[in-house]
Amino acid sequence: MFQKGKESLNRRVVVTGLGLVTPLGIGVENTWSALCEGRSGIGEITRFDTSAFATKIAAEVKDFNPEDFLPKKEAKRTEKFIAYAVAAARMAVENARLAIDESNGHRVGVITGCGLGGLEILEVTARTIQDKGPKRVTPFFIPMMIGNMAPGMISIHLGAKGPNISVATACAAGSHAVGDACNTIRRGQADAMITGGVESVITPTCIAGFNAMKALSTRNDDPQRASRPFDRGRDGFVVGEGAGMLVIEELEHALARGATILAEMVGYGQSGDGYHMTSPSPDGDGMIRCMQAAIDNAGISCEMIDYINAHGTSTPLNDLYETRAIKKVFGDFAPQVPISSTKSMTGHLLGGAGGIETAFTVLAVKNGIIPPTINLDNPDDECDLDYVPKVARKAELTYAMSNSFGFGGTNASLVVKRYPS
Amino acid sequence: MSVEDKVKKIIAEKLSVDISEVVPEASFVDDLGADSLDLVELIMSMEEEFDVDISDEDAEKMVTVKDAFDYIKNH
Repeated sequence: MFQKGKESLNRRVVVTGLGLVTPLGIGVENTWSALCEGRSGIGEITRFDTSAFATKIAAEVKDFNPEDFLPKKEAKRTEKFIAYAVAAARMAVENARLAIDESNGHRVGVITGCGLGGLEILEVTARTIQDKGPKRVTPFFIPMMIGNMAPGMISIHLGAKGPNISVATACAAGSHAVGDACNTIRRGQADAMITGGVESVITPTCIAGFNAMKALSTRNDDPQRASRPFDRGRDGFVVGEGAGMLVIEELEHALARGATILAEMVGYGQSGDGYHMTSPSPDGDGMIRCMQAAIDNAGISCEMIDYINAHGTSTPLNDLYETRAIKKVFGDFAPQVPISSTKSMTGHLLGGAGGIETAFTVLAVKNGIIPPTINLDNPDDECDLDYVPKVARKAELTYAMSNSFGFGGTNASLVVKRYPS
Repeated sequence: MSVEDKVKKIIAEKLSVDISEVVPEASFVDDLGADSLDLVELIMSMEEEFDVDISDEDAEKMVTVKDAFDYIKNH
């Protein structure tokens, strides 16, 4: 709901809570410590029989019990992605110590990203129609499949009744969601937002579909080394699943309630490639304009960026083109900027990637630690920047950028700033 | 397993309630917390288990556990 007098471009947006469900662990501490230790969350796919599939590996979330986060009945009639989203959102709100009730619920919104939605229930339903006929289709099929059931269920279970939106820009969805949520606060349409991204599509249609595009790694015999961004031996991305959620707030709102501020969101850039369905443009045009827009939006110059959490998918094309684009934006300064791809450990969460990676970027500036790019044994000749190989690095960070690029030629970059404690 | 026990089991499972709550006079909506989607799924499950075709009109008349018992016994 729009409140008169609340709109102002000067409204600052800060992060006050984080929640993570990732292949590296449930919760922020578990995931962050695994990231800093350089552990891989990738293994053999356990969800279905992969014998006929080219790719047999993925980064699955382990030991997740939806009933820890949802009432029993709700847990049963939701898809994994919805349960992950609610779980991460619940953690983020608890972390922020934000009380949401009748008095303020309408000023707290939810914008989350989800690239594909409930593929598992779609597959089950297609089989039901074939085997038993259309009359046997569960009434929960549509509610379980649609991507915006994630923000919907977050709202239902946490009482956030402000703007409620799902963003569907493929692998950039999580970052677009966070950027749009920041703008929602700046425009005065909410005082706080629950935002991030989610995905859970380790299913036959997803793996077969990406395999058909030759987009996935087939390093089945060595799963933990399969995601190797910027390495000469990289052969595609590894599908990951999970959710990363943030609570973001208008600065004065956070200060007034005595919240602990983790970081400030200062820049958001977006662009479209207008080039190809799945390939980024070789000159990196869309990525360049996107990163530049985020830096401009933050009101800083590129030399002030201390760390880039790269899109870094481990596909031959992305890592090369992203490197070229960074060189174009940062010029002579490019070799001095530490860059890492946390997808080397988490796999690629698709619509969830921007959520967890924004959270990682917040943790990096807050803790002064850059998580590494693992498996970078032999950097590609053309990938010759500082990718923080193998081992995490301590560094005082003021500004950090997170990149997300999606199929369809859609790009999002966010700039995060350390908040002085 | 008797027909009643089978019906009870389906209701308990679909509505995620304890089987002890599934007493004849219990109303699906008021006592067992079912919403409109739960009711559709419950009817579908009974159709499948007992190989019957429950019309929408008959389904609407099924309000309590006893209504379900009676319907299945009579069809």
